[in-house]
Amino acid sequence: MLSLIVFLPLAAALALVAVPRLGDAVSRWVWVVVAAVDLALVAAVWLRYEDPGTGRLAFEERAPWIPGVNSSYHIGVDGLSLPLVAMTAVIFLACAVFALRETDRPRPQAALFLFLQSVSLGLFVAADLILFFLFFDLSIVGMYFVIAGWGHNDAGRSAMKFFLYTFLGSLALLAGFIGLYIAAEPHTFDMVELAEQTPLAGSSLGGGLVLAAILVGLAVKTPTVPFHTWLPPAHTDAPAIGSAVLAGVLLKMGTYGLVRIAMPMLPEAWRAWAWVIVVVGIVSVVYGALVALAQTDLKRMVAYTSVNHMGYVVLAVGAAGMVADDTAQARAIAVTGAVTQMVSHGLVTGALFLLAGVLWERAGTYDMGSYGGLAGPAPRLATLFAVGAFASLGLPGLSGFIAEFQIFTGSIAAAPVTALALVGILITAALFLRALQRIFTGPTRGASVGFADLRPAELWSVGTLLVLSLLIGVLPRPLLDVIEPAAEVVVELVGR
Amino acid sequence: MRPALLLPEIVLFLGGLVVLMSGSFLPRTRQWATRVVAATALVTATVLAALALPGPAEMAMEGTFTVDTTTGVARIVVALGTLVVLAMASDEISGTPRESETYALLLFSSTGTLVLAGADDLLVVTVGFLLASIPLYGLIGIARTPLSAEATMKTYLLGALFGILLLAGVTLLYGVSATTSYVELTDRLADAPAAVVGTGVMAVLGGLMFKAGGAPGHFWVPDAAQASGGAVAAFLTTVPKIGAVIAAYRLVSMLPDTVAWPLLVALLAVVSMTLGNLAAYWQTDPRRLLGWSTVSQVGYLLVPVAVAGQSDLALPSLLVYLAGYTVTNLAAFAVTTAFPDRRDLHSYRGMGRAHPWLGAALVVALLGLVGTPPTVVFVGKLTTTAAAWDAGYVWLAVLVLVNTVASLFYYLRWIAPVYAGGEPPGVLTTPRAVTPAAWSASTAVVTAALSVVLGVGAGVLWSLVSV
Repeated sequence: MLSLIVFLPLAAALALVAVPRLGDAVSRWVWVVVAAVDLALVAAVWLRYEDPGTGRLAFEERAPWIPGVNSSYHIGVDGLSLPLVAMTAVIFLACAVFALRETDRPRPQAALFLFLQSVSLGLFVAADLILFFLFFDLSIVGMYFVIAGWGHNDAGRSAMKFFLYTFLGSLALLAGFIGLYIAAEPHTFDMVELAEQTPLAGSSLGGGLVLAAILVGLAVKTPTVPFHTWLPPAHTDAPAIGSAVLAGVLLKMGTYGLVRIAMPMLPEAWRAWAWVIVVVGIVSVVYGALVALAQTDLKRMVAYTSVNHMGYVVLAVGAAGMVADDTAQARAIAVTGAVTQMVSHGLVTGALFLLAGVLWERAGTYDMGSYGGLAGPAPRLATLFAVGAFASLGLPGLSGFIAEFQIFTGSIAAAPVTALALVGILITAALFLRALQRIFTGPTRGASVGFADLRPAELWSVGTLLVLSLLIGVLPRPLLDVIEPAAEVVVELVGR
Repeated sequence: MRPALLLPEIVLFLGGLVVLMSGSFLPRTRQWATRVVAATALVTATVLAALALPGPAEMAMEGTFTVDTTTGVARIVVALGTLVVLAMASDEISGTPRESETYALLLFSSTGTLVLAGADDLLVVTVGFLLASIPLYGLIGIARTPLSAEATMKTYLLGALFGILLLAGVTLLYGVSATTSYVELTDRLADAPAAVVGTGVMAVLGGLMFKAGGAPGHFWVPDAAQASGGAVAAFLTTVPKIGAVIAAYRLVSMLPDTVAWPLLVALLAVVSMTLGNLAAYWQTDPRRLLGWSTVSQVGYLLVPVAVAGQSDLALPSLLVYLAGYTVTNLAAFAVTTAFPDRRDLHSYRGMGRAHPWLGAALVVALLGLVGTPPTVVFVGKLTTTAAAWDAGYVWLAVLVLVNTVASLFYYLRWIAPVYAGGEPPGVLTTPRAVTPAAWSASTAVVTAALSVVLGVGAGVLWSLVSV
């Protein structure tokens, strides 16, 4: 079942490439249909999902791949990965719908995004380090071609920077994986076995170095300060749906790696260096928010708020490593919040980037100063953007609040210093309100004049993402019921 | 003697002779017949090698030549690699005055490479070195351009120099052990003065580095890759390495601990990969860029040699890397022979949009050379790096990964224009720059696909090479 979910988009992508003389319209609809079927399959998995318990995975599949190095095709889901799998399927469907009016080479674009979808889903279900790395690397390759092929402005350069920077991260990650492999006895790349074994326990230097390599690799992808510099140009020059996938799905690969690989496999080193991770998280939160505040370019601003939002996740998982006897419950709440934040940020930021893409498509600029009074000609755009902005700044009733509330409840109890990051929420609120005010209020002027409001495809794709955010905000239980047991397991594993 | 064990080598050599003789009597329009003969010899050698692969390790020629899994894999990879080169040559040199001579030289050089790969005796190493090198000089010069004359001269002089170095090394080792057979050398070198053994080993390794195209014997590679014909360039950057690296592996495996050969090989590896990568950075000719890239690849190939015997992964990872590198590098060269007149990275602008399959093949090949999963070079790189780490050479493993990042940049310099919009600067006027050559184009697509298939099916490949 999981294999079908992962490889269905890839098969469709190959078919799109291989079948000659397929019309543009057919390609676009094939993409939408395949993404919808994939989402339906994920929904079916979600409905049949039951928590597998410590050290186990649901819907597990395993087949030998490279037996010589004990690497296997091993996949499965648990409470950490299932929400991200679902979010990935949702975001790719939203992108497919959003791109229904795309005229620039729709067929290769559809194939490329279907390929990226397979890769992203594969990463979240991978239970083998080499399999994880394979999807991690291919996501970089796919996104490079998205930015270089469909981007604007200085897309070639931004794509190159993105590729080089994140590839550097991926090789640091690979070095860490090889370190884990060699330290494990018997040597293996299997995630479940490695989490059981905790190789390098008792070797503080080896464990620290391997953790450092893995952290650098994941921090580049996340990205956290100081490894975030590839993100703003990549986002600014990427096409709208490329940005949505990059921010919505690809950034999660970094933070997912933290809870899936770093914490369970290197608990001792994680506890020893938790304070560093917390500091990096706080700095990312505050710095991301401050720099976002200084932006005049809407897309750059949203990009920097991603640094801020991913900072909350890093902070929470760092705080989860500040182990004390009486804070186990608080730390579990922090991890639950972190996973919720990954889902929430994917939905909300994906929506905001799609809306920014609408601005670019209509007026050819992201400069907030060029707009004004846009709410007049484009009320639907204004409404959706406002909902997205409020969700992003953590207004109660939307998913961002559920996530950030849990993150801070858990983190401050485990490590009071994390309260410093609360200022990030304040700044984010300020910058989003200011952006709303500059673009949408006042007399209609500049690029806003004659601006066409959202078309149905745009409305539906963005609207769905925000409705889901609202649903999570109002009825969080179905999501939290899946995440909570897995978060408790992670906390238990880190506490070993 | 047991010459039957050497049947694949004999078939290749005889095939070369037949091609040479019959080529002299055939009119120029019917020279294609010699290509058929050469291809038949290569296929026969592959089949014979594959049949012999599952058998036990045996010694031929009074213990001077080993026929084991390693030799078997080398035979298959060399024969199939040369077959791919023949396919590229079909576009390039069919009907040209030196057609049959090229095929004959390719077969002779392949035979020499196989002799190197199986050699278990220093003198056999020398014979293999000469048999693999001398045809190469002819192959490079056969293009008959001023640049190729220069490249031939350079290769010949370096080859002569390193050949003498190799012989000097053999002489030294013989002088302190009174034998050239590896079986006996192992014991006798242990009691010999370490300084002499070290010097001798360095000299022999130096000779092999010339053949492999690694530092310090790499200077001829970029020139030859740029100046010779496309098929020949593909051959000389790929096939001779197989024999040379395996010969280096066998050589160091029999050395005693009195000399610090792992460190020496590790340093050669680091120098090769770093130098090759740095020099490739600003190349504008795709074949010259690939030439430097192969220098860096030799560096990666030397990593498992440096940890020979210290990790169970070393030998299988070396063989997987060799097979993967061969198929991937040939795919990249096949794209350049499909467009022989595009001799500048910028002239590839828009190629991927006009020829999607070739564009995809090039991307797979170049990202494969970087070591991106799921191509087979990734499996090779992963396992060689793991072998180095396993043997305690963590710094070497880290340097491999650092160099991999460094290499990405110049491969991307080639990939970037392929999918960029617009026309290449200086409109493509010649038909050979617009329409891809048929054989090379299919070869590129097939080898690129094979590089992915072998990567995904790495488990099977691994079990084949670690029998």
